[in-house]
Amino acid sequence: MLSPALVIGASFVYLLLLFAVASFGDWRAAQGRSIIANPWTYALSLAVYCTAWTYFGSVGRAASGGIWFLPIYLGPTLAMVMGWLVVRKMIRIAKTYRITSIADFIGSRYGKSPLLAGLVTLIAVVGIVPYIALQLKAVSAGYGLLTASSLTELPAQAHWTQDSTFYMALALAGFTMVFGARHLDSAERHEGMVAAIAFESVVKLIAFLAVGLFVVYGMFNGLTDLFSRAQAVPELAKLLRLEQGRSFAWTQWFAMTLLSMLSVVFLPRQFQVMVVENVRESHLRRAVWVFPLYLLAINLFVLPIALGGLLYFDGAKLNADNFVLSLPLAAGQPALALFAFIGGLSAATGMVIVETIAVSTMVCNELVMPLLLRTAHFRSASGQDLTRVLLNIRRAAILVVLVLGYVYFHLAGEAYALVSIGLISFAAVAQFAPAVLGGLYWKGATRLGALVGLLAGFVMWGYTLMLPSLAKSGWLSDVFLTQGLGGIAWLRPEHLFGLQGLDNLTHSLFWSLLANIGAYVGLSLWRSPSGQEASQALLFVDVFERTTTARPVFWRGRATVPDLLRLCGRYLGVERARQLFEGYARRVGANGMTAIAPDAGLVHFVETQLAGAVGSASARVLVASSVEEETLTPDDVLRILDETSQLRAHSQELEEKSASLERATAELRAANEQLKSLDRLKDDFMSSVTHELRTPLTSIRALAELMRDDQQMELAQRQQFTEIIVSETERLSRLVNQVLDMAKIESGHAEWHTEEVDLCALVQQAMATTAEMFKERQTQVTQSLPEQPLVLLADPDRLMQVMLNLLSNAAKFVPVPGGRVGVSLGGDDAGVTVRVTDNGPGVSAEQQALIFEKFRQGGDATNRPQGTGLGLPISRQIVEHFGGRLWLESSPGQGAAFCFYLPNKK
Amino acid sequence: MKNSLTTQRLVALFFCAWLLLNFPLLGLWDIEATVLGVPLLPAALLALWLLLIVALAWLMERHTTLDKDD
Repeated sequence: MLSPALVIGASFVYLLLLFAVASFGDWRAAQGRSIIANPWTYALSLAVYCTAWTYFGSVGRAASGGIWFLPIYLGPTLAMVMGWLVVRKMIRIAKTYRITSIADFIGSRYGKSPLLAGLVTLIAVVGIVPYIALQLKAVSAGYGLLTASSLTELPAQAHWTQDSTFYMALALAGFTMVFGARHLDSAERHEGMVAAIAFESVVKLIAFLAVGLFVVYGMFNGLTDLFSRAQAVPELAKLLRLEQGRSFAWTQWFAMTLLSMLSVVFLPRQFQVMVVENVRESHLRRAVWVFPLYLLAINLFVLPIALGGLLYFDGAKLNADNFVLSLPLAAGQPALALFAFIGGLSAATGMVIVETIAVSTMVCNELVMPLLLRTAHFRSASGQDLTRVLLNIRRAAILVVLVLGYVYFHLAGEAYALVSIGLISFAAVAQFAPAVLGGLYWKGATRLGALVGLLAGFVMWGYTLMLPSLAKSGWLSDVFLTQGLGGIAWLRPEHLFGLQGLDNLTHSLFWSLLANIGAYVGLSLWRSPSGQEASQALLFVDVFERTTTARPVFWRGRATVPDLLRLCGRYLGVERARQLFEGYARRVGANGMTAIAPDAGLVHFVETQLAGAVGSASARVLVASSVEEETLTPDDVLRILDETSQLRAHSQELEEKSASLERATAELRAANEQLKSLDRLKDDFMSSVTHELRTPLTSIRALAELMRDDQQMELAQRQQFTEIIVSETERLSRLVNQVLDMAKIESGHAEWHTEEVDLCALVQQAMATTAEMFKERQTQVTQSLPEQPLVLLADPDRLMQVMLNLLSNAAKFVPVPGGRVGVSLGGDDAGVTVRVTDNGPGVSAEQQALIFEKFRQGGDATNRPQGTGLGLPISRQIVEHFGGRLWLESSPGQGAAFCFYLPNKK
Repeated sequence: MKNSLTTQRLVALFFCAWLLLNFPLLGLWDIEATVLGVPLLPAALLALWLLLIVALAWLMERHTTLDKDD
């Protein structure tokens, strides 16, 4: 045996350690460096599912029923498979609408009904308090076993003032108050507490595995030895088979799997750690498989420990629930036994802490607050700061829940009502499943359906499971069990309506869920939801569609900012309220708190914030009492929804339109730029044309005036002047022709006479035409033409125009004397290339781009040769008309080569 | 919904697991045999359970990087 001082001391040190971990968690959270913001901690915190009932009870169950301890853990695994779909939706809803408990969740879903939330709280308290008692009992029993003089003689229960369990309950209440109700958080999250729970999960796993390894390898020679020895004993060999000699109760297996599947989500403590304390949705992704892995690990050695205990204490009347402690003790390992006890303690305390926080939040928000809100003092927006009052209510609730748990434990003791409470509690919270799951996916579900369904399920559960368990504990006469209520046989609680062939758990689960779902569905179908219910249904069911985009706010009425601010200040603290409003102002783009529009959005914001502190039903009452609002009918809800989706559609449309407008603007701007540059070009063109026209006109006019004024002018002189006038007039008409030509070509009105042209002949003809000009300029012309004719389809006059232009260009720029011009013609079936080269000054790179523009001429301003400056542009237009191209190869000082290529389109 | 394939797979996995861990498929393992010294039934149950967890982990962790932002 161990000395009581040692066990109590070790437990105390462990609790201190827990305090330290929780304080560290809170401290880090305050610094913004959360230690729980990772998927591993989250998954470990989910393992609060494994209570002392798991830690000690699984072995007991395995010792009597073989693998029957497993469905309780297979169910959660199955639930976790669906976790990413279902639990994620619950998390999203809870985060979006600041849901803080399962009662709040259900109440909020069905039109923020305080009645419904209150009923859920009541069911939770009735179902959970005995479960808390069970944890205390497990610790108390463990303590008794460790300090007892022999393993078979357990001490009688002590008076409560001398009972260490009572003080432990108080210590746990203290811990829970410190870390569960320190400040009023509008998100109701407790980082330190979660850190401590994750830590406890590690401790209990290691402790249990340590005992398992010790039993298998320290007390037996490994698994093979253990199992072979167990199979040698017929009684034990049965435990390793399904049937155990009887027909296997498949329905019970099914029921327990279903039950634990629902419990792992709907137990208040599971909802607390899984949904409310979740830091980030993505953590769920890993937790859904790490948590089942944890369950697998902690169950690995359950069967070996159970078999080991049965083999070791062969025949001795020992409680198999305590094998985890009694085996190390019997084998002379008190240190291991103490560690195992600490593991059990951590399993129990973890459950008690989280469950108490969850239940006390519900009691405070869903039972006490609605009652307080009936008084005008609490409902009015003005008055003293109520945050302290709220916290004290919550602390009192924590204390009351734990003391209730202790009282139940003290009264029930070894009674059946306590031992079997685990599954009975599960069956109680399973009643939440229809309302929650239906509420997640079915918009038609109504408050009345959920209310009556829950009530019917709860009554059925009480009558078929809870009352019989009390009767079996000897607290009630068990006459109604065997004879039925009032002697009516078909009212026997465990064979209701004469139903046979089911064990009492499956029987109760069947009837309670049948009544629950029947009433839920039936009554929901009876009437369509009211406006408030319909709006909440939309917000819950379509949460994934509405979180990211515009969310409809189902509220109509009048509010003022100061009223709402005061209200917030009363329940969240003045400073916190101010911060919230400033944050809201920034988000909506209002210039400071006073500029916030008191619209539906603000009312919704305030209500959500308040919901985090006092629950959504109470928040609804508070907001409703400080603003003037209109009651929504289902038609209003539909209209608001319609407006929102229209608004969304409109805004999408607007976005699209503005995008297309922007595109059009850009196009227009580009077109405008082009027009401007064209306009500039036209201006340039006009001024060039007029300039070019003025020069010959000026000389014509001057000469004509001379001849008019001087009647005595000599004939020869007159003759010369007249010739100049004629030549200038020719130049003028050439210029005008070219301008017209250019305009025609550009506007596409030019006439083209396409026929077969032999390019060799054409080039030769052009060279013959210009031979005189080259001769005048003492320029040497060389040619390189193929012997075969190169025939293609083109307008010969136009091509001649191009050739003459290129040749006269070359003639203009070659040096005099010593100029050299070369003409070459080459080609194949695909097309023909003509090159006209000269040994002139060449064209610099920047000039090359310009010379094809109208009125741009090569050379600088001083020695610009004669010409209209339209020759090259026209030539290029002509060549391009026939699908070819005209280009220049040149560099300064190297001469120039004008080339054009014409494709053969024959 | 972009995760619809994952959703369908999860639902399928759920029903597979429900079938494997319930009547009547579970009865298949209820025979006198041992695996490495461990009776077949508990060994098979734990193995099926582990298999289910591995499948779930595979489904969940495969696209972790894809929807970090949701």
